[in-house]
Amino acid sequence: MEEVLRALSEAYGPSGNESEVRELIRGMVESYADELRVDALGNLMAIRHGPGKRVMVAAHMDEIGVIVSHIDDKGFLRFSNIGGLQNLTLLGNRVRFADGTVGVIGCEKLEDRSKVPELSKLFIDVGASSKGEVRVRVGDMGVIDRSFAMAGSRAVGKAMDDRAGCAALVLALRKMGECRHDVYFTFTTQEEIGLRGATASGFGVDPEVALAVDVTATGDTPKAPTMAVSLGGGAAIKVRDGGMLAHPGVKELLVRRAEERGLPYQLEVLEGGTTDARAIQTSRAGVPTGVISIPCRYIHTASEMIDLGDLESAVNLLLAFLEGEIEL
Amino acid sequence: MDLNLLERLSLARGASGDEGAVRSILAEVVGPLVDELQVDTIGNLIAIKRGASQSGLKVMVAAHMDEVGLMVVGADNNGFLRFRPVGGVDARVLLANRVLVGPEGIPGVIGAKPVHLTSPKEREAPLPVEQLYIDIGAKSKDEALGAAPLGTYVTFDTPFTRLGAGGAQGAAESGRVAGKAFDDRAGCCVLAELLAESYPFDLLAVFTVQEEVGLRGAQVAAYALCPDLAFALEGTVCDDAPRPEGEDVSPTTRLGFGPAITITDASVVADRRLVELLMDTAEREGIPCQVKQPNVGGTDIGAIHLQRGGIPTAALSVPCRYIHSPESILDLGDLENCIRLMRASLMRLPSIPWKGR
Repeated sequence: MEEVLRALSEAYGPSGNESEVRELIRGMVESYADELRVDALGNLMAIRHGPGKRVMVAAHMDEIGVIVSHIDDKGFLRFSNIGGLQNLTLLGNRVRFADGTVGVIGCEKLEDRSKVPELSKLFIDVGASSKGEVRVRVGDMGVIDRSFAMAGSRAVGKAMDDRAGCAALVLALRKMGECRHDVYFTFTTQEEIGLRGATASGFGVDPEVALAVDVTATGDTPKAPTMAVSLGGGAAIKVRDGGMLAHPGVKELLVRRAEERGLPYQLEVLEGGTTDARAIQTSRAGVPTGVISIPCRYIHTASEMIDLGDLESAVNLLLAFLEGEIEL
Repeated sequence: MDLNLLERLSLARGASGDEGAVRSILAEVVGPLVDELQVDTIGNLIAIKRGASQSGLKVMVAAHMDEVGLMVVGADNNGFLRFRPVGGVDARVLLANRVLVGPEGIPGVIGAKPVHLTSPKEREAPLPVEQLYIDIGAKSKDEALGAAPLGTYVTFDTPFTRLGAGGAQGAAESGRVAGKAFDDRAGCCVLAELLAESYPFDLLAVFTVQEEVGLRGAQVAAYALCPDLAFALEGTVCDDAPRPEGEDVSPTTRLGFGPAITITDASVVADRRLVELLMDTAEREGIPCQVKQPNVGGTDIGAIHLQRGGIPTAALSVPCRYIHSPESILDLGDLENCIRLMRASLMRLPSIPWKGR
């Protein structure tokens, strides 16, 4: 589990540039799936055929990042955001581009140091002393460069959002015995910039029921926003978030399966943010859709933290759902 | 390139939802060039040019017919028309512009309280549209609303003008022109020109409606046509304006540096293979091009790429200064190079691995 998570967390995959993650996952699932497909937007589907319902399970491969917007005469890069970057956490971070170029995020002299600087005040220093030395081009995307680490039973790394979900799908697929349903393990693209991969693959897969597996916030850190989800409390079963209401039947079935198998779980009500489930739910004529969430602290920073026990319960809950009857 | 077509398209009046006049011109111009011409239920003009060879590809190229404009929402007792924007009009520059109101093109002037009567504080900020009105010379509410009932479309009354030393006699391939609605009549002009050639696949040229209010025409056209690949042709933001001395930043695009390739904007991440096709073709053919600054604006491909099971897309744009205002300026060389680059890229399209990864 730890090694799968480490490899996924450290891979490069800003929205729209998920090929490295896709190839990594392809290698992890190839020998366990009946069929692999990649669609027009780059979504990877690992399919296990079975006689029951067509079920889509989605986790997104992409992560937030930066995109180069300008290279100045001295070789400093200006950049814009890919997805919900948190300016507060950027200064001093390293970023890495697809070609391996590494840079450090620096900041202009600030008039007011009590305020979070705007992106236009920040730049990336790739160690060049002139424009000519810079290998990356305007339009190239970078991600935070941060190695994976264990802190007790907790895993810390970049892009746990949503490589933790990808890991859950990989591990569930590997563990799954005989397949009762027609299951499309779908590793989606471009979630962070508008659920775009799931919009297309939700239509393409045309599922009868769907689950997304993604991270969710917690309310268990000092002076955190009030939220009844804590790290280590088990997989979270979503009731609602900023973009959707989980299908009550799917939610109830997840609760029932968790209780039958004695899996730790918690119910999730998230104020802001949403997941691929929102796009899948409204695909075609509508799809009953729920979400298994992995509690995660410090989302959209360089050090997102999850609990391995929660990841394990997410995997087991997903399996319990897929291995049972799905009557809503 | 047909400068006369750009002029006709620029002068045609077609705010979002009211694209009929633009559609008529385009139907007349491209009709003889294509195998099939349709208008769909939402008003998109779809021109199908069958391919010379059987590559099996279906490629959609979209350019939007609509422009930003205004709409009448009421009148006061003295006959002044109240209005609201249609699309993202630059409200800072509306005052004192001439407009044409309704299908008959009734002339009007956008007015506001005289500057003499404003306080220094009032002069610090542009007037919100709520404080502006259209003066068509009417003397009463009944007269005003009789001429322009609620919901009447209003467009800018902007002449089409050759700029620079050559003036009207200058060569068509060089120089710059000023006019309204180059966003996206420039793209319509490029798309119409592309239809003069045949391509090694079925080309679905779609002149779309309602882009400025949410990519609505493109959305339904892409769903209905279900192409394998799609491109949008745009007139895009150009802000190569004077900057403070020594400021080292990139404008969104620059006039005269060739068509702009979108990597990502607010609506889409362009398909990498198609972006590389455009860049590689530009290099091979020696056609100047530029990369548009990331994350600025959105185009029809924002809607197209999400249709059905997903469609790989890219956008190529003619830089246009001052868009979403009554005036825009483009460089005819950029327009010509946009046609050349798009045409050459389309010709090479079947040679790239567009399916499977």
